[in-house]
Amino acid sequence: MSEIIMRLWRGDANGGSFQEYRVPAQEGEVVLDVVHRIQATQAGDLAVRWNCKAGKCGSCSAEVNGKPRLMCMTRMAELPLDQPITIAPMRTFPIMKDLVTDVRFNFEVAKRVPPFAPPPRQPDGTYRMFQEDIDRAQEFHKCIECFLCQDVCHVIRDHEENKARYAGPRFFVRFAELEMHPLDTNDRRLLLKERMGLGMCNITKCCTEVCPEEIHITDNAIIPLKERAVDATYDPLAFIIRKIARRKRPLPAEEAQASAIVTTPLSELADGHGDAKKAKAKA
Amino acid sequence: MADYEQRDYDVLVIGAGGAGLRAAIEARTEGVSVGLVCKSLLGKAHTVMAEGGIAAAMGNVYPEDNWKVHFRDTMRGGKMINNWRMAQLHAQEAPDRVMELEEWGALFDRTADGRILQRDFGGHRYARLAHVGDRTGLEMIRTLQHRAVQSGIDVMMECKVYRLLKDDDGTVSGAVAYWRESGRFIVIRSKAVVLATGGVGKSWKITSNSWESTGDGHALAIWAGADMIDMEFVQFHPTGMVWPPSVRGLLVTEGVRGDGGVLRNRDGKRFMFDYIPPMFAAETADTEEEAERWYTDRQGARRPPDLLPRDEVARAINAEVKAGRGSPHGGVFLDIGSRRSADYIKRRLPSMYKQFKELADVDITVDPMEVGPTCHYIMGGVRVDAETAATTVPGLFAAGEVAGGMHGANRLGGNSLSDLVVFGRRAGLAAANYAKQRNLATFSDKLIEEITTAALSPFSSEGGENPYTIHAELQDMMQSLVGIIRTHDELVQAEEHLARFKERLGRVSIEGNRQFNPGWHMALDLESMLTVSTAVTMAALERKESRGGHTRDDYPQPDPELGKLNMVIRFSGEPPFRGEMSVTPEPIPEMPDELKALFEEQQH
Amino acid sequence: MSAQSVTAAQPAGHETPVILGGVRGGPNKKTLRTDRWWLQPLATASGLLVFVVYATWAAFQNANYYVGPAMHRDYLSPLYSPCLAQNCKYVWGPVLGSWWSISPAIAVLIFPLGLRLTCYYYRKAYYRSYWGSPPACAVADAHRSYTGETRFPLILQNAHRWFFYIGAIFAGINIFDAVAAFRGFSGGIGMGLGTLILCINGVLLSLYTISCHSCRHLLGGQLRSFHTHRIRYWLWDKITPLNKHHMLFAWLSLFWVAFTDLYIRLVAAGWIHDPRFF
Ligand SMILES: Cc1cc2nc3c(=O)[nH]c(=O)nc-3n(C[C@H](O)[C@H](O)[C@H](O)COP(=O)(O)OP(=O)(O)OC[C@H]3O[C@@H](n4cnc5c(N)ncnc54)[C@H](O)[C@@H]3O)c2cc1C
Ligand code: SF4
Ligand code: SF4
Ligand code: FES
Ligand code: FES
Repeated sequence: MSEIIMRLWRGDANGGSFQEYRVPAQEGEVVLDVVHRIQATQAGDLAVRWNCKAGKCGSCSAEVNGKPRLMCMTRMAELPLDQPITIAPMRTFPIMKDLVTDVRFNFEVAKRVPPFAPPPRQPDGTYRMFQEDIDRAQEFHKCIECFLCQDVCHVIRDHEENKARYAGPRFFVRFAELEMHPLDTNDRRLLLKERMGLGMCNITKCCTEVCPEEIHITDNAIIPLKERAVDATYDPLAFIIRKIARRKRPLPAEEAQASAIVTTPLSELADGHGDAKKAKAKA
Repeated sequence: MADYEQRDYDVLVIGAGGAGLRAAIEARTEGVSVGLVCKSLLGKAHTVMAEGGIAAAMGNVYPEDNWKVHFRDTMRGGKMINNWRMAQLHAQEAPDRVMELEEWGALFDRTADGRILQRDFGGHRYARLAHVGDRTGLEMIRTLQHRAVQSGIDVMMECKVYRLLKDDDGTVSGAVAYWRESGRFIVIRSKAVVLATGGVGKSWKITSNSWESTGDGHALAIWAGADMIDMEFVQFHPTGMVWPPSVRGLLVTEGVRGDGGVLRNRDGKRFMFDYIPPMFAAETADTEEEAERWYTDRQGARRPPDLLPRDEVARAINAEVKAGRGSPHGGVFLDIGSRRSADYIKRRLPSMYKQFKELADVDITVDPMEVGPTCHYIMGGVRVDAETAATTVPGLFAAGEVAGGMHGANRLGGNSLSDLVVFGRRAGLAAANYAKQRNLATFSDKLIEEITTAALSPFSSEGGENPYTIHAELQDMMQSLVGIIRTHDELVQAEEHLARFKERLGRVSIEGNRQFNPGWHMALDLESMLTVSTAVTMAALERKESRGGHTRDDYPQPDPELGKLNMVIRFSGEPPFRGEMSVTPEPIPEMPDELKALFEEQQH
Repeated sequence: MSAQSVTAAQPAGHETPVILGGVRGGPNKKTLRTDRWWLQPLATASGLLVFVVYATWAAFQNANYYVGPAMHRDYLSPLYSPCLAQNCKYVWGPVLGSWWSISPAIAVLIFPLGLRLTCYYYRKAYYRSYWGSPPACAVADAHRSYTGETRFPLILQNAHRWFFYIGAIFAGINIFDAVAAFRGFSGGIGMGLGTLILCINGVLLSLYTISCHSCRHLLGGQLRSFHTHRIRYWLWDKITPLNKHHMLFAWLSLFWVAFTDLYIRLVAAGWIHDPRFF
């Protein structure tokens, strides 16, 4: 059978380069299989993350021929095998080693999302929710936290300094799932606008393009959140209606207190990072 | 002096799957400090892959359902050697745990009147599995993960616990671990330790398990001197993918059959009707017509044989393939496309649809899938006290797949996710209470240095064995000699192989340095895999009968006397292999009369 | 346990400080993509350019935008509708008075222009193809600093829903124009090819407007629970599938507006003859 040429990024924080590996082609393989074969036969210390090999855990994110992909769901057959296949680590996150990056940024942002806050249960001890009410949020629950959307989003991919004030598409999805949860009583709209950098997203939809779970991140999460932020801030008409209708929803001002956990701004996340220090000094 | 960092917690939880997260949350709620370690990133543990659902007798779809029926199903599925008290607590508490997940933000599929929808699964008398399409595990782990993060639990990701530490009077009081990223060591001192490390499937070739399932927790417990039970019972899930080779073993959820899929052999025959065991004959349909009727009429018809417990179905498929009636790639056909509408399939089984479409080029709404048995779950594990999840070693608790007893000889689908939250919670609670009465222990530098030196030894040799090669050979060996069907001779051979592997592992050498080095990690994981494989083999040799997940060709029938015994594995010595492993049959705890009565009355 | 007790809990010690900077992996290249990623922005940029050039030219013509009774027709170019100045060939209502002496299109075009400029789809289109921010996915941003839509002038994009309100009125006007195009020569009903073109124009503009993201949000999306708002749920449920094709409607309606104007222009100038159906 024919041979494939794989160019894998080898290196760590001290630098690196693409290394070429030649492996025989095999039927029905995905990129991750080939990487594993290289690991088992030619490069025992090649670092790569994976778990499920079925597109369910979101561990094996990398850039295959420049495109952010899950390696376990990219079939070799769909790639142009007459040329070398390049595999690079995710660009947006600091490298640890080879194809493994330091994705802690995401886990830090996750801590700053105000939690789900349900009302008391019904007298019979249950909650009642209807399928039409949860369909929207269930789409967001499909997220496997592969962070490919975070990787591709130019706001932080190309502008490191924005990490201090930007939650990123994965977390807009998370916010949307909470904001659209039929039982939730928190209001995170002002927070989104003021601290999570919702306005930084210019809806260019790359996150949607790469999402392996096919979540319509931009159309179904980000744009509705932007519209919600407009409801809460820029739209006088909505404000008046709210006043008249006396919504039970807490108003933005109360919200800031209700979710005390998030009052740590994203900018403080960067301990020891230059831009973050600047941001702190300003505050 | 050894170079390491140190952290102190009241409770250390090893493993961030469903069980570990639930334990950590509960311990944290008790007000103690909690450290949580996991080998992968947070939220990637095996639980994330669970598909079908979480079993809980809430009675939302069938009001007739209650914990007694669930208990009875669990015991019968486990061939009556389950720890009855665990099965009882599990059946009683599962509905509360599911409701609690909902309170924490999980969104299960709904019934028309707004309650949690439940689906059918093998071995469950009523539709009982709360689910979210076919990604229930994802929902569960995400919900628990958010909850854990928000309650201020310290998570140490990509950190592998290598050895447990005991204080002078033999109480487990901490662990030595290393960061996968840097290869640096960390000593975690704690007043109690909860093991929640999941399964062991990575020792078999065809498996639905990920690289994490190397049985570390089982091995840590064995090395610590804890009693292990039921290790011979390994569940081979009847439906794993068989083609293409790279995805061989990947799970096809039982939900496919619950939602109307049926098994056929090469001739298109629904062969399961030929394999109905006497124990289930009374409640299984014996004609296709009756089986069809069951999907809409639960009272008037008996369930299709395709939904028999997993061990029965796996053996049947195995037999069909052996008899030459299998599919082209050595499996059988699972057909839902010709029986349900494309819409229905895509809505109920979205990730199965995607998995086959993208990895095998099969459109399951049209074509049948090819499936075959895959190593999926280990029923056996650390012997624990049902109420507290305490092991036989003080200071050590265990919950989830690493604990044994709950599922007996065979686990029913959906009973694992509920097991995780029911006993995860109990373990967290008990560990926190235990921790409150203790102080931290101190360990000598010498002890730590011994351990770290052992861990680093693969770096000091050159030109030795390749760990990947040993692993591949181990998987082949376990697959063929300690697989679904076992015999005395093969098991004895397996023991000999294992001894050789252990000796080869001593000569392993690693290229590169300590920084994120999968070769080195594999070498250390092999210590666990070989230890666990040995335990499985020894227990399998000792159990001279066929029961549940353990089938002996030389003893094809269940033996009522052995049905009253657990095979208990004990080890004394130094990890990993310096010491004696023994197996002792011990009587299983006896069920009280009022529960026994449940099995006598006719449940129709 | 209530949610409050969780928010109150403090993270236990040992926070590993997170380093945001750090060294990035991979080569320092603009992109590693090997496909023709520049094709799409190029096509978008060209498409938009063609329209803008044509529309500007047509708007300043101040002639040939109305096919009137002299030709037994009643067609008004959508670029000039509603015609609000006194110098209009076809006066909708002389709101602007006689002092307006330049093309009447200029007075009204800013509204549909505003809708499209602030439209979520067009924003994507021009941010990518003109501003290069980013030109394509996983291709480096063309700019060194970036603040998105958080500062003036781009913060004004948040006013999109106001343009949507106006846009809805404009869609109504275009439908009205299409209906008016059925007016027969002698007061009865008639229909020519131009009528059909104007009808399609009305439909496409309506589809574009109704599939707007703000519309989807305002009519139902903003609700937390649908179960208790059946009508708004119904609306949202019907708009959602249209919204998926918002980009398609954006292009079709854009193209068709220009085409309609061109057709009317050619007929009015006497270059072609408008075939009559009845
Ligand atoms: C494909 C698939 C589908 C399934 N579907 C279902 C289903 O529908 N219903 C159901 O009930 N069950 C199902 N199961 C079974 C169920 O998912 C597992 O049994 C269960 O998730 C095990 O959970 P756990 O918490 O015990 O461990 P896991 O989720 O396996 O987590 C183990 C954790 O321990 C950590 N760990 C392990 N070793 C170490 C170490 N040495 N140091 C530090 N950390 C360590 C790992 O990193 C991981 O975080 C399925 C299993 C699979 C594979
Ligand atoms: S749409 Fe927004 S969040 Fe998504 S990639 Fe583009 S800028 Fe980032
Ligand atoms: S939203 Fe999609 S791309 Fe982003 S992390 Fe989740 S699954 Fe990955
Ligand atoms: S390995 Fe789990 S998503 Fe690829
Ligand atoms: S008109 Fe395009 S989004 Fe509103």
